[in-house]
Amino acid sequence: MATPLKNRHLAGWLLASPMAFVLLCFLVLPIVMIVVVSFWGATEFSIYPAFQFDNYEFLLTSPVTYSVFLNTFKYALVTWAFTLVIGFTVAYFLAFHVRSLTWQVALFLLCTIPFWTSNIIRMISWIPFLGRNGLANSTLISWGVIDEPLDWLLFSDFSVILAFVHLYTLFMVVPIFNTMMRIDKSLIEAAYDAGATGFQTLTNVIIPLTKPGIMIGSIFVVTLVMGDFITVRFMSGSQSANVGRLISNDIGLLQYPSAAATAVILLITVLIVIATLLRFVDIRKEL
Amino acid sequence: MRSDLDLELVALTKRYGTTVAVDAIQHLFHAGSYACLLGPSGCGKSSTLRMIAGHEEVSDGAIVLAGHDIAHLPPAKRGTAMMFQNYALFPHLSVIDNVAFSLKMKGVERAERRRRAGELLDLVHMTDFAERLPAQLSGGQQQRVALARALITDPQVLLLDEPLSALDPFLRVRMRSELKKLQRELGITFIHVTHGQDEALALADEIVVMNNARIEQAGPAREVFNAPRTEFVARFMGGHNVIALPKGHFAIRSDQVTVTLPDQGKLEGRVTGLEYQGASVALTLMTAGDQEITAVIPEDRYFAKPIQPGDGVGLSWDDTNLHALTA
Repeated sequence: MATPLKNRHLAGWLLASPMAFVLLCFLVLPIVMIVVVSFWGATEFSIYPAFQFDNYEFLLTSPVTYSVFLNTFKYALVTWAFTLVIGFTVAYFLAFHVRSLTWQVALFLLCTIPFWTSNIIRMISWIPFLGRNGLANSTLISWGVIDEPLDWLLFSDFSVILAFVHLYTLFMVVPIFNTMMRIDKSLIEAAYDAGATGFQTLTNVIIPLTKPGIMIGSIFVVTLVMGDFITVRFMSGSQSANVGRLISNDIGLLQYPSAAATAVILLITVLIVIATLLRFVDIRKEL
Repeated sequence: MRSDLDLELVALTKRYGTTVAVDAIQHLFHAGSYACLLGPSGCGKSSTLRMIAGHEEVSDGAIVLAGHDIAHLPPAKRGTAMMFQNYALFPHLSVIDNVAFSLKMKGVERAERRRRAGELLDLVHMTDFAERLPAQLSGGQQQRVALARALITDPQVLLLDEPLSALDPFLRVRMRSELKKLQRELGITFIHVTHGQDEALALADEIVVMNNARIEQAGPAREVFNAPRTEFVARFMGGHNVIALPKGHFAIRSDQVTVTLPDQGKLEGRVTGLEYQGASVALTLMTAGDQEITAVIPEDRYFAKPIQPGDGVGLSWDDTNLHALTA
């Protein structure tokens, strides 16, 4: 039988090419560009092509860099811990406690409702709630829990992490829920049959089988938090910095080479983190 | 003859909302016997098994094992163990850890539980596969592991939920002889749910036929097959004709119907179908009252005097082989 595409390899390449083209134009080229620019030089008013390590040298010898990276890691770690606990609990409830599929779908969609508004709006709406004279403080005062308004509610690490957890928990819920739904319910019965308590079933059966989902969710949350700058800016009232803000500041000052160098270092850091995570769990079977 | 370890179901009932899945069934499983719960899907046999196992709440009635009502105990405290239909092996644990799972839950120390699991693997001839993951085993091998895992708790009653349905026909026959052998060696009660009458006949000391949430008939395999009490049992066990005679409905085995000359039989009929089955020939006949009857005749007797579709014949039988049906 004659086929227009006799060469199966050719057909494969052609089918893959649109996506490859998109990735090349919008992922590979920009990254190459950033890497190239990171070696350029800059003065107060101009940037010029060059191949020099000044940007990296400055970056890697400045104590600011280390404290900002440390802060970024802190945000990532704390947010990861909270989103993991909350995300796992929500997914567990949806997957194992809600019996009917209809309710599972309905409740799952409910989780996504916040995503109908933009990130920024959801973030900003915390500000009147947490402010010095905001809803939270005035409620607590009227209940008599506190006498003075709490200052640390807004424009603090607390508010930054609160916003991160609020924004990104769903990225943990979805993959964990997905993995949990694939767990054969008779495994839970088998564990129960073998005398396992609810907690033993959780630690010996459910958590090990949910690991790939946990890992995918972790990758989402960690990369999102490490690359974020707007949440930190708004919620810390410009009082805290993370790597994203470092880059955004450089761009504001037209210091593109320096921004590019920071971006390259951040990219490498995130890739190392993901590579480390992937060493623990094989997520390929989940994809 | 009753013994201390008998399992007795007393007016056991399962309701889902308004539907009754198991309707006040009453039965005594003798200790050390191989019993099959047999019936079409939806007849309540699986619900019954799951209630005995403790995976389904009992709506009413009692399950008595060794003199205690176990109906409301957790599964692991009942002295029963269940082998699941799809085996339900933990995919992330090696074979030996799967078998040792319940000991781990009890807090038995690692070396001890692996030693014990090793013994069980030896019993089911799976020692060489101890370190493999379930996904690396064939269906039959997975079944042996599931068996070892169920047996490690030293149950008095082993519950098997359609254990052979996931296997191919060849393996099914082999595994069923192994199940039977194992049951004889261990001497514990096996309760095996199946919808295959050949499986039940091959394995069971006692067959419990269920239909519409009730037990239709229970007894030794040979009795249930040879003397069905209801039309349902006669038809479900297969190999029987249900004949309406002036005195009522009767069941008679197909191979106990003989074909005679047209005017010498107790019923007259016409041959409508003919099937060669190797050792025998099955004739489908239509009698005067539009009843379809199957007669299975030994091959040599048929070919000594062949009959063709369309021929008129007479049907005869020995009246002692007729079994009156109640429904």
